[in-house]
Amino acid sequence: MRTNFLMLHTITRIVSFIILSFSIYLFFAGHNNPGGGFIGGLMTATALLLLYISFDIKKIKKAIPFDYSTIIAIGLLIAIVTGLNSLLFGDPFLTQYFEYYTVPVLGEIELTTALPFDLGIYLVVVAVALLSILTIAEDDS
Amino acid sequence: MEILMILTVGVLVSVSTYLLLTKSLLRVVLGLLLLSHAAHLLFLTLAGLKEGAPPLLGEEAASYADPLPQALILTAIVIGFGVTAFLLVLSYRTYKEHKTDDLDQLRGSADE
Amino acid sequence: MNNLVLLPVLIPFLMGVILIFFKKNIPVQRYISGITSSALLLLAAYILYVIYQDGIITLELGNWPAPFGIVLVGDLFSSIMVLLASIVAMACLFFAFQTLHHDREKFYFYPFYFFLLTGVNGSFLTGDIFNLFVFFEVMLLSSFVLLAMGGKKYQLRESFKYVVISTFGSMFFIIAVALLYSVTGTLNFAHLAQRISEVDPANNGILTVIAILFFLVFGLKGALVPLHFWLPNSYFAPPTAVAALLGGLLTKVGVYSIIRTNTLIFTHNQDFTLNIILILAGLTMFFGVVGAVSKFDFKRILAIHIVSQVGYMIMGLGIGTAMAIAGSIYIIAHNMIIKTALFLFSGATETVTGTTNLKKMSGILKTHPYLGWLFFIAAISLAGIPPLSGFFSKFALVLGGLEEQRYFIVFVSLVVGLLTLFSMVKIFMYVFWGSPTITEEQKKTKVGKLLLPAIPLVIISFLMGVMAEPVYLLFEAAANQMLDPSIYINSVLKE
Repeated sequence: MRTNFLMLHTITRIVSFIILSFSIYLFFAGHNNPGGGFIGGLMTATALLLLYISFDIKKIKKAIPFDYSTIIAIGLLIAIVTGLNSLLFGDPFLTQYFEYYTVPVLGEIELTTALPFDLGIYLVVVAVALLSILTIAEDDS
Repeated sequence: MEILMILTVGVLVSVSTYLLLTKSLLRVVLGLLLLSHAAHLLFLTLAGLKEGAPPLLGEEAASYADPLPQALILTAIVIGFGVTAFLLVLSYRTYKEHKTDDLDQLRGSADE
Repeated sequence: MNNLVLLPVLIPFLMGVILIFFKKNIPVQRYISGITSSALLLLAAYILYVIYQDGIITLELGNWPAPFGIVLVGDLFSSIMVLLASIVAMACLFFAFQTLHHDREKFYFYPFYFFLLTGVNGSFLTGDIFNLFVFFEVMLLSSFVLLAMGGKKYQLRESFKYVVISTFGSMFFIIAVALLYSVTGTLNFAHLAQRISEVDPANNGILTVIAILFFLVFGLKGALVPLHFWLPNSYFAPPTAVAALLGGLLTKVGVYSIIRTNTLIFTHNQDFTLNIILILAGLTMFFGVVGAVSKFDFKRILAIHIVSQVGYMIMGLGIGTAMAIAGSIYIIAHNMIIKTALFLFSGATETVTGTTNLKKMSGILKTHPYLGWLFFIAAISLAGIPPLSGFFSKFALVLGGLEEQRYFIVFVSLVVGLLTLFSMVKIFMYVFWGSPTITEEQKKTKVGKLLLPAIPLVIISFLMGVMAEPVYLLFEAAANQMLDPSIYINSVLKE
């Protein structure tokens, strides 16, 4: 019997975008408010996982053709290099620098070296969560 | 409040002990998962439950909660996340190779 | 502030990440990892030299001042351990080049090898008890992967048990940290030591409970009797290069943590804690060696011997004088090096005969004399025959014990030394003595390349015996530094 996943497909198309945009909000809300790379990454992973579940794994693989183990490495590298740049200024490893800027439309924003560090964490978490779940899911034989 | 937290920790520990002593691979993994939750909750309780605003930059409150245990528990949760992911894959592989998830049959003998 | 102590943690981590990008290209991975581990060895030696000259170095990560942020602290003891770990790791790496199956190399062996080193070096250098937990987990997770990788049935089964037991122990680590934080309100080693020394002596029962809880947690990782049961099977399962690496490094991190916490932090009720440590040291030595005597398998005997040697390592701490603790460091150094060498010899023998069962081999001395005699030197060094390093390490321990009139533990340690000799001679008799039973084809197996990483280890052991005086003086300086916690506290808190 072939089931029709019309409900699931329709809802996934809408909901996954809501989750994705909320995860991006969480990612940028980090540092001084609840949120950050880890939570944002987990949220993104759930959105992508929803896609994998409701559509076929193979189809989504074509749409998202990344190798997750490489993404883990890239994320770790970004995080380490962010920590390393403080060595250039003669400060201890992982020293954080931040500065406030005023931008025309957005008003005052904060730029900090914690952001690229968080981006690294974000990539690692997304990739680890998806990699470990997909490894089990694909091994159907 | 502390009493309630300690009771919750007690329930979690007893459930996880029960699960750890069962014979199924998956239940052992779930038992460890619950035990880690119990440990984190115990950490939160032991570090002192206080009333106060969350320790964030934007809040302007008279008193703040202690941020250190929360940061430590978050770290421990992340580590637990990694260990659990690995354990699930490992137990799945063990099940696949041995064609059983019964720990009695996975015991092995003294001289192999 | 000195970023030097960061490098033994950072370099392996960075290299491990970079190696993931070369996952398809194994020769490149080998070159990078070989060069990195040699560089780490030189770096560790340089750090030891700097610390010996200028005293303790600290680094406040992220520029957060000491009791609030995480500090890395390099003192003599930790830098000695980092140096030993790099020696062991390098030997195992070069042995892995020769023996490891291609499939394993493809499954990220080298990245996880470096992550393991990150965890080990981090545990040695950290000055914060929660950070110690984090580095423990980094080390354990990498060891899980190395153990389970490319698993056969037996290996998967034993790895699962090892992972469950380790994770269970980690939960107790969290609970112990929670208790300590609720009592003292700090996690920094130096700050903890300061606060605990201020507690009223009549009212420190809870601190003793915490001290014993930590001792149990580290005892589980360090394989003390009665918490050693996971070790023999899980170290028997993986290939020799991995078994040697884990056997050389993992338990020593547990031992290091026991010595560090009990000399620096929990000094409030030493009559009680050191006595418990001494009793468990005796039991560990004895049951470990009895297990080794009863087995008839090359790798298993070596694995169980790790347990018995851990007993010696904490015996010095239990006696508690400078000489005994120097003996403890001596025996850690001796054991890390010689045990790795013995594991590598067992791997070489396995390559020749295809088995590790003692009863199935005989007379290899005739066909492979170098392997046989090198093993013999390493074996009698482990048993403590002069002039090799095993003798002088035990000599310091026994002398320290006699000075403190701990006659029983000294007696036990000497009996255990005798039984160690017996079990080593048993291996030698079964494997190398007698008439050769191996086939013509096996006779022609060349093991020269396999012995190459092990020979420097035997030479180091020999030198540590011949040059016992300077080596002992270095270890005694480290012990004296540990026995006076105020040096450590002042250099971290800068008062």
